[in-house]
Amino acid sequence: MDWRRFSFIGFIIVFLFTVVVLIGGSRVSPLIIISSMLTTTIAVATPLTLGALSGVFCERSGVVNIGIEGMMLAAAFFGWLAAIYMNTIFKFSPGVSLWVGVLASILTGGLFALLHAWLSITFKVDQIIGGTVINILAVGITGFLNRQMFFGEGSIFGGNVPHAPGLLPSLSKWLGPLCGGGEGCFGLPNLIQGTFLDQKPIAITAILLVVFTHFILFNTRWGLRTRAVGEHPKAADTVGINVYRTRYINVVIGGMMAGLAGAYFTIESVPSFEPLMTNGRGFISLAAMIFGNWTPFGAWAAALVFGASQALQINLQFFRDAIPPNWAFLQHAYIVGLAPYVLTMLILTGIIGKTTPPAADGQPYEK
Amino acid sequence: MQTVEDNQPKPGWKQAAQSALNAALVPFLAIFTAVVVGGVIIRLVGGNPWAAYLGLMQGAFGSAKAWSETFVWATPYIFAGLAVSLAFKGGLFNIGAEGQLAFGAVATAWVGYALPELLGIEIPGLLHLPLAIGAGILAGAIWAAIPGALKAYAGGHEVINTIMMNYIALNITSFLLNGPMKDRNPLNVIARTPEIAEGARLPVIVEGLRVHWGFPLALLVALGVWYLLWKTTLGFEIRTVGANPDAAKYAGINFKRILILTMALSGLLAGMAGAVEVTGLNYRHELGFSIGYGFDAIAIALLGKTHPAGVVLASILFAGMRNGATRMQFLTQIPVDIISVIQSLILLFVAADAIIRYIYRIKAKEDRLVLTRGWRG
Repeated sequence: MDWRRFSFIGFIIVFLFTVVVLIGGSRVSPLIIISSMLTTTIAVATPLTLGALSGVFCERSGVVNIGIEGMMLAAAFFGWLAAIYMNTIFKFSPGVSLWVGVLASILTGGLFALLHAWLSITFKVDQIIGGTVINILAVGITGFLNRQMFFGEGSIFGGNVPHAPGLLPSLSKWLGPLCGGGEGCFGLPNLIQGTFLDQKPIAITAILLVVFTHFILFNTRWGLRTRAVGEHPKAADTVGINVYRTRYINVVIGGMMAGLAGAYFTIESVPSFEPLMTNGRGFISLAAMIFGNWTPFGAWAAALVFGASQALQINLQFFRDAIPPNWAFLQHAYIVGLAPYVLTMLILTGIIGKTTPPAADGQPYEK
Repeated sequence: MQTVEDNQPKPGWKQAAQSALNAALVPFLAIFTAVVVGGVIIRLVGGNPWAAYLGLMQGAFGSAKAWSETFVWATPYIFAGLAVSLAFKGGLFNIGAEGQLAFGAVATAWVGYALPELLGIEIPGLLHLPLAIGAGILAGAIWAAIPGALKAYAGGHEVINTIMMNYIALNITSFLLNGPMKDRNPLNVIARTPEIAEGARLPVIVEGLRVHWGFPLALLVALGVWYLLWKTTLGFEIRTVGANPDAAKYAGINFKRILILTMALSGLLAGMAGAVEVTGLNYRHELGFSIGYGFDAIAIALLGKTHPAGVVLASILFAGMRNGATRMQFLTQIPVDIISVIQSLILLFVAADAIIRYIYRIKAKEDRLVLTRGWRG
């Protein structure tokens, strides 16, 4: 990841923020807009960041994982289901139920990743096909179970979608009492407090995981082995690294990250599940990973760009009436909604330099 | 056009039949296994698998009307499945059939309802129908050629780009169908276009049944794709680029041109799926009618081993399942979505044929299909 990439990312984010400030600035103080944009950007970038990290783990060890989308979707569903079961059937408190839901999500992601690993490492199935199978399987299973459990006759919840136990609280719930009232926390201005302390646990965890992944990959023996297996499995095998085992473990770790991303959708962001609700985030994460040149920090920066373009969409909806007439096209949510997708394609054209995948990425290893 | 002879001795019909049987063995066992696993799932959620499958069969093939509906479902599947297969033959993974189909449908619908008004004349049916379908396939081809060109000239991987194009198409069609192209009928609250003119409609085959001439057209197009791929120079070039891009470059094949052309042809077929749905069945484009066709098309292409004949058979099977599922749900209250589970299991077993070979102790053969390559592709 070079300075050109980071400055390009910085430029796009500044540009997107400026658009909103220009439009909404007359209504609301620019500082508040920037703070709100930052909060939204970091929050909505969460699944993308985690998805990209998932991709980094898989692909650094040489396994292309295009099934991240499906893993997220399945994890979103099963995490939500677990939370509801804990709360409604087993009568646990909402707080406990939600955390069990998060664990269930992570587990689901790991299990789907195990399937992907089994297909692509053991059976040497074409990895892009294997990932597509996972995506389709996830759509099928979640769609079927969603209808069977909640809407079918004689289903356990009697045809009613039960109330979800709510959402994970933001950090200020725990840190708030330390700050003693509203007047700034630790002497920080309200702006920063709002941006970071109003984030929720998974969003913060995602950022910590970026640092963690970087450390693991580049400063530990495990990371060195992972990269060796992804670049030159034969050489790694020769010096005694178990290629299959290394790949299996990395793919499953990656799957668990995708699982946590799934939990973001139904446990941290909105308290409900809808079929197909991941809406391409898994694929956008892959683009973020590629743009970030398979590095954790690069991927995170790219995820933030997509987050910013979504924040743009959300904020423009809010300032709809303030949009000047000759920018009227910005009033249409569908048109502004194109931004993340167009941005993804633009970024993949390699306008800011080529990226290099790990040398053995996507190739099954034959002993 | 010049024909290309493969450098193999011509097999007799016996060998041909034998190899077709061999090719069908794994897909057949994959279907069988998926149906068994699906039955177990139905049992687990408290249903009766026998009753469910009986209802499914009745709904799919139990009467003339059932057959007609199955063929109606199969029509877009064949086109879209051929689209994905053709791309696979050229070494490209087109996950964007969904978007190409939607764009084709929008273009066809527009020509169907708006062009006569725009020109202020009634276009004769003999001209209007080909115009409408032509617009659809052109739109599909352009929509697919964009990721093709991005891959050829900028190295953007088609898997990500076609998916992004799906979402872009979805956003744009949502915008159009909720705004400029929305049916202005005061009773209409749905995001859909007005009905297309009478002259732009494909007629039904038998009065009283919904199956229309799009189905025979799909069969004809399947034959055409087979001819293109195995009997023409262009087809040979597409297959060479797909099988071995380096060899293709050394042989002097214009790699980039073939790549873009393959994507465009693939999108053309997907666009035709949309065009035929509009002209033959719905007579308008409605938001959300095509959700899932793109992924089904991938499953169909893989199940049909990317061969046009296989695609036709796989399409009829998938169409039968989709069609029969409604009756199954009516009779047994098993949600239609179980079909998606069974279909994804079929896909799983077809893609990972090693599992099937392991379960049924079939010896592996060396003619593995090479479908995609990694990010470098």
